[in-house]
Amino acid sequence: MFFRTAWLVLRKDIAIEAKSFEVLTTTLFFAVACVLIFAFAFVKEGRPVEDAAAGILWIAIAFSGTLALGRTFERERYGETLRALLLAPAPRAALYVGKLLGMLALLAIAEALLAPMVALMFQAALFSRPLLLVGLLAGGTLGFCAVGTLFAAMLVRARSRDVLLPILLYPIIIPVIIAGVRGTAALLSTPPDDATAIMWLGILGAFDTVFLTLSLWTFEPLMTE
Amino acid sequence: MYLRRLLIALTSLMLCASPAFAVQTGVGQGGFVPVDSVPLADQLPAAPLLITAYAFVWIAVMVYLFSIWRRLNKVEADMRALAQKMPQR
Amino acid sequence: MKKAFGPLAALVGVMFVAAPFVVANAPYESTMGLVQKIFYFHVPSWFAMFTAIGICGVASLYHLFKNSPKADRLAEAAGELAVLFGLMGLVTGPLWGRKSWGVWWQWDAKLTIALLLEMTFISGILVRKYGGPGSDKLAAAVGIFGLAVTPFVYEAVNIWRTIHPLTSVVPTLSAAMAGPFWFCVSAFMLLLVVLLTLRVNLGARQAALDELYLAQED
Repeated sequence: MFFRTAWLVLRKDIAIEAKSFEVLTTTLFFAVACVLIFAFAFVKEGRPVEDAAAGILWIAIAFSGTLALGRTFERERYGETLRALLLAPAPRAALYVGKLLGMLALLAIAEALLAPMVALMFQAALFSRPLLLVGLLAGGTLGFCAVGTLFAAMLVRARSRDVLLPILLYPIIIPVIIAGVRGTAALLSTPPDDATAIMWLGILGAFDTVFLTLSLWTFEPLMTE
Repeated sequence: MYLRRLLIALTSLMLCASPAFAVQTGVGQGGFVPVDSVPLADQLPAAPLLITAYAFVWIAVMVYLFSIWRRLNKVEADMRALAQKMPQR
Repeated sequence: MKKAFGPLAALVGVMFVAAPFVVANAPYESTMGLVQKIFYFHVPSWFAMFTAIGICGVASLYHLFKNSPKADRLAEAAGELAVLFGLMGLVTGPLWGRKSWGVWWQWDAKLTIALLLEMTFISGILVRKYGGPGSDKLAAAVGIFGLAVTPFVYEAVNIWRTIHPLTSVVPTLSAAMAGPFWFCVSAFMLLLVVLLTLRVNLGARQAALDELYLAQED
């Protein structure tokens, strides 16, 4: 029942998205624009600043992720569909998991574009340890989306939600971003610093566990009016 | 009203405490401490930092108390205004 | 509680007046000298902040699951006080660092995450102010997540070796330093209790006012 509900919510989101690709295209475009803006800030005399690639990659992910969260839940609010979903006799946590999986899929697509782009444009050896990179990206994205989905869902019925989402989300999520950036930067050094990257991966795992548990636990009372 | 009295009392208490800072700098300029363990040159810039730190804590508490006092006054004023309006209906 | 409040407030005032004298009599730390005495206000302000965060987190949880306006007011008050004491820590810290590290601010793990914690609780105040109806639940979520991140802050210096003194310094204080230190800690804790009482009282009055407005509208 639980996983079926989550799967149905995910399938619903994909079906809506497949009609227009609105969130996907805008998010991807915004992510690319982010990278370009940071390129102007961090490239000096044709050479990128050391370690800048790691920071640029994660900032682009965080910014475009926030945008996607806002858009996805704005759509739910517009059609009053979130309220309808919450009225359904289904476990609330399953709704959360469904929305979370949708966000993860969206950001995974964005990262599949962003990572090679950053690696090419900043001559960064991001893919020297592909498995570690994927691990760091997955851990960071999971932590970001776990809190992001919860907060975006809560904010659906709040005033000035556009401003409040980044204000609430960033202070809590920055530790995750720091871990992602430092871990990725460790991969960029020559030779790649595996031990440091693995340590940061462990810290990301700890954050993910805490954030995911808390989100699943508090989603139900938070969404009750 | 009680809060205002508390505020005044705390301010005057703070003024009472200021001699301690004078004592502090006096010690810093070479009183009870063996000179070799605490070089004089190291201490001179330290005293203003120390006093700023302590003063900041005091000022922060004062400002916070004042903000509570102001908000409480506003609530009470609104309440009185409302109470006056009520019987007319 | 009401009867005890007056004497308690007076005690806190007296303790804070006595604190500079007590600290002035504490021995000098051998390497840092006079500036090390900021320690007696810096560390207790973090203790008070962590206590406020703990109260805020637990009250938020209670409000979230039991829907208790009383717990909500406690969480609101504790959240504000976490910001106040965090501000004290964030201001006294750089004053100390300026002398002993030579810079006002150092981007090390402890300082960075302490700043983040401060920002988290400021965002809690902002959401209460601008979130509109239902923002109490939002602020509760912020309080809970803030509490969840706190152990990471405390452990940060132990995980990454940084410039910041270890948190294990406190149990190893010499007796002559421990006395003034625990005196200051208890002064800060009592201050927290006094301010919390005042702030909760303000929240209760505001709630009473809102109720009056509602009664009038009917």
